[in-house]
Amino acid sequence: MHLGVSESMRECEYSQISTRSSTPMETPYKKKTSKKRKWEIFPGRNKFYCGGRIMMAKQTGVFYLTLVLILVTCGLFFTFDCPFLALQLTPVIPVIGGVLFLFVLGTLLRTSFSDPGVLPRATPDEAADLERQIDVANGSTGYRPPPRTKEVVINGQTVKLKYCFTCKIFRPPRASHCSLCDNCVDRFDHHCPWVGNCVGKRNYRFFYMFILSLSFLTIFIFAFVITHIILRSHRNGFLNALKDSPASVLEVVVCFFSVWSIVGLSGFHTYLISSNQTTNEDIKGSWSSKRGKDNYNPYSHGNIFTNCCAALCGPLPPSLIDRRGFVQSDTPQLAPPTNGITMYGATQSQQSHMFSMESKPICDQDQCIQSTKFVLQAAATPLLQQQSSEPVILTASPENGGTLPGRSALTLGGPCTSLPLGQPTPPTSTPSLSCHEATDMLPIHGHSHTHNHSHPLQEPVAHHHFLTPEEVPSPPGMLHCGSPMGHSHTMQAGFYNLASQDSLHEDSVRGLVKLSSV
Amino acid sequence: MATEFHNLQELRHNASLVTKVFIQRDYSEGTVCRFQAKFPSELDNRIERTLLGETVRTLNSYYAEAEKIGGQSYLEGCLACATAYIIFLCMETRYEKVLRKISGYIQEQNEKIYAPRGLLITDPIERGMRVLEISVFEDRGSGGSSPSSTMSSGSSAR
Repeated sequence: MHLGVSESMRECEYSQISTRSSTPMETPYKKKTSKKRKWEIFPGRNKFYCGGRIMMAKQTGVFYLTLVLILVTCGLFFTFDCPFLALQLTPVIPVIGGVLFLFVLGTLLRTSFSDPGVLPRATPDEAADLERQIDVANGSTGYRPPPRTKEVVINGQTVKLKYCFTCKIFRPPRASHCSLCDNCVDRFDHHCPWVGNCVGKRNYRFFYMFILSLSFLTIFIFAFVITHIILRSHRNGFLNALKDSPASVLEVVVCFFSVWSIVGLSGFHTYLISSNQTTNEDIKGSWSSKRGKDNYNPYSHGNIFTNCCAALCGPLPPSLIDRRGFVQSDTPQLAPPTNGITMYGATQSQQSHMFSMESKPICDQDQCIQSTKFVLQAAATPLLQQQSSEPVILTASPENGGTLPGRSALTLGGPCTSLPLGQPTPPTSTPSLSCHEATDMLPIHGHSHTHNHSHPLQEPVAHHHFLTPEEVPSPPGMLHCGSPMGHSHTMQAGFYNLASQDSLHEDSVRGLVKLSSV
Repeated sequence: MATEFHNLQELRHNASLVTKVFIQRDYSEGTVCRFQAKFPSELDNRIERTLLGETVRTLNSYYAEAEKIGGQSYLEGCLACATAYIIFLCMETRYEKVLRKISGYIQEQNEKIYAPRGLLITDPIERGMRVLEISVFEDRGSGGSSPSSTMSSGSSAR
């Protein structure tokens, strides 16, 4: 009886999770007491600061690296090189340097902290309405409906609008779903780990200004540090010059390596802006003439000048997600969503329910979410063990031997500057180019290729999602709850071995069959 | 004016929601914000086609004005870039000004045209500019100023 009560309680919580996004931030208990702001219940995987005014992606480590690199290099420049240069040449040099530095910092912070153009998820009524329309159109009542697309003709070109299962909307043209942030972003360009945010409609111009001004700043510092060393070495000799200002060596090294990638990136984005394309479209070759004679970009305004002005000086749309607004709990709603969604949701709740029966009844929502995640991982393990090239949901990364959920594998798509050194970015793109291109629901083979171009600079990024499976602790009852983070990876690997012997394996296979048929 | 507003409040609280009708975006001219001019069949006996068509057309023209790329937007963009975008902290952008105009227009339309017919238009900005949501109410209240009675008076006034 006790189990029956707690079962129904858990079931109630699980069904709530299954109809929502992957990481719901909402707890059913808190809503009634105090007025919440909308950012607190935001369903995407973003982090908010300053009461919702600042919005960033979840993993911001690389952003801090960017900030440190810029601040340290400029700090060294102003401290060690500028006094000499101001005296020997002209005091205008530190002034220009200062202006450039402030501009770079301002645009970087603006890019990182602003809303890239996130499209809010559909309300339940909208989702139900769309489902009804699609059911009418299809007439099919399969376990999962076929992939949903809508075709629109834009300026003579046929464009396919895809349905986003997470956000439950038909994505507007040029929008894409960022799997790292778990949001649909309007005019999605790419997800940039270096700025710690997606780059989309609302912050593309800031991003472009950032990389452009950073190119100038890098070249500026590089040139004047070299000048400084040369002038000193005229007086005292080369080695003495280096000894007198050791910081200059560090600056030269940093600037030398940055110049290639950043200047190349600026050039690439200048090309994109002038042809009014996004990184996403360029990489997929959506408007390339190679696809067909009649294939052209329907969004282009015709000439380069207009395209540039539109991208950089056009109107800035406001944020659609209203982070600082208060949650309205009294809006009238119609019936809950029907059919396709709840059936899929029921599967999930069944599976997590299976696990919950074996676990201790400490059922708070976080553990339920983690159990569900764990089920999905475990269910997909037999598949991975059979065929390592299967790109269904998981992709194995070369660094770790473990399995990762799809989203974490994509961060290794690399930072913006994921090129091998010394190669400027060609406009005809390769998959290794992008920071992180948008994906549809599943990662594509192109991403697993980018993993192989590992790069010393990418190590910090690799470490970041090496942590990801460890962030998902094993469900209680399976392994000891008190296991420290460091052990959980190996313990998970150990668990996978056990799974093959358990009846759990049968359950996970059953679960996998359901998932794969979905 | 006071009675009309009174109707709107009463509509929200007394009347029960029957259904919501969504007018989707029209992407045939690109990514500019436009709503489809197609008249939804569920509203056939609730409102005249011309009225709804007029509302949608006016909204579309407002959005086109907000997103227009021309002299003023360039000036605003260049000024903002020159001040390292700090000016956005003080100044309201043209887009935001037009959005305020749109909210006012929708409020006015609701009061004058839609509430008397038991309908309510939600500002698209609250739905992420994806849809134009029209809530269809059916009044169950026994109060004097019920939408059904005003609807009949509205139709008789025609």
